[in-house]
Amino acid sequence: MTSIFTPEGKNVACTVIEAGPCVITQLKNGEKEGYNAIQIAYDDKKEKNTNKAERGHYAKSNSTPKAMVTEIRNFRADLEHDLKVGDEINVDIFVEGEYVDVVGTSKGKGFQGVVKRHGFSGVGMQTHGQHNRLRAPGSIGASSWPSRVFKGMRMAGRTGGSRVKKTNLVVMKVITDKNLLVLKGAVPGAKGSYVIVEK
Amino acid sequence: MDLIKLVEAEFATNTQVPEFNAGDTVTVHYRIKEGNKERIQQFQGVVIQRRNSGMSETFTVRKVSNGVGVERIFPAKSPFIEKVEVNKRGKVRRARLFYLRKLTGKAARIKERRH
Repeated sequence: MTSIFTPEGKNVACTVIEAGPCVITQLKNGEKEGYNAIQIAYDDKKEKNTNKAERGHYAKSNSTPKAMVTEIRNFRADLEHDLKVGDEINVDIFVEGEYVDVVGTSKGKGFQGVVKRHGFSGVGMQTHGQHNRLRAPGSIGASSWPSRVFKGMRMAGRTGGSRVKKTNLVVMKVITDKNLLVLKGAVPGAKGSYVIVEK
Repeated sequence: MDLIKLVEAEFATNTQVPEFNAGDTVTVHYRIKEGNKERIQQFQGVVIQRRNSGMSETFTVRKVSNGVGVERIFPAKSPFIEKVEVNKRGKVRRARLFYLRKLTGKAARIKERRH
């Protein structure tokens, strides 16, 4: 992340995303696979780290082995007839000022209590009978009925590291020659991780 | 990381801030918008710290006005900074001069650096 000054002089926090070049490696259609989607791949990886099956798959689209593969459904229906396997998708499909959604894997937080994980407020007092219950969840249910804890009860546990979609981020700038996308605000995940940018 | 520098260069403002460090006395000419009017305000004082790098770099200027200490934090790359004049180079032994907050009068002086 970085921050930029808008023409009005406002300082805006931004995220820089390298978006492309992505290669279309497969077109899925309703007849064969049962649904319509395009498969796109991004970021080169070494030939020796690619198994034979994958190498064959990338050879079909005349591309080098890629590290990240994802499928996108309903990709611009107006363009669907023109898309071919082996085509490149670059950052120029985005326009400055439009809104995009970003999907990523959030940073892992480890085993966390209910205050951090579910936004419980804790006890709120350090004295008046509190001993070591400052961030405790409180009661998790009633007694003889139902004699069990309901499914889905929010409790402590592994936090983060899940798929998160951040919606409505403004595209501040598109730098086509380096395939860079500058978005206003933060996106899920650690530095250098992969994200999907949806329009 | 180099991609971030590239984007910052793309958005670079024309602000020309000369080189200065903690301990220097500077005058900051800062543009202030009041409704439609724009005027330039000057703020003179001692730089007590510079922090962060790149676009998010800021510096803190401290002065004593009518016996009250006033500190102002300026974003170094802000387009509102018209110019920064370095009035005096100070000789100090640390990068953050927070000890000046406790000192007043003669004790709060900083020796000038001679080349």
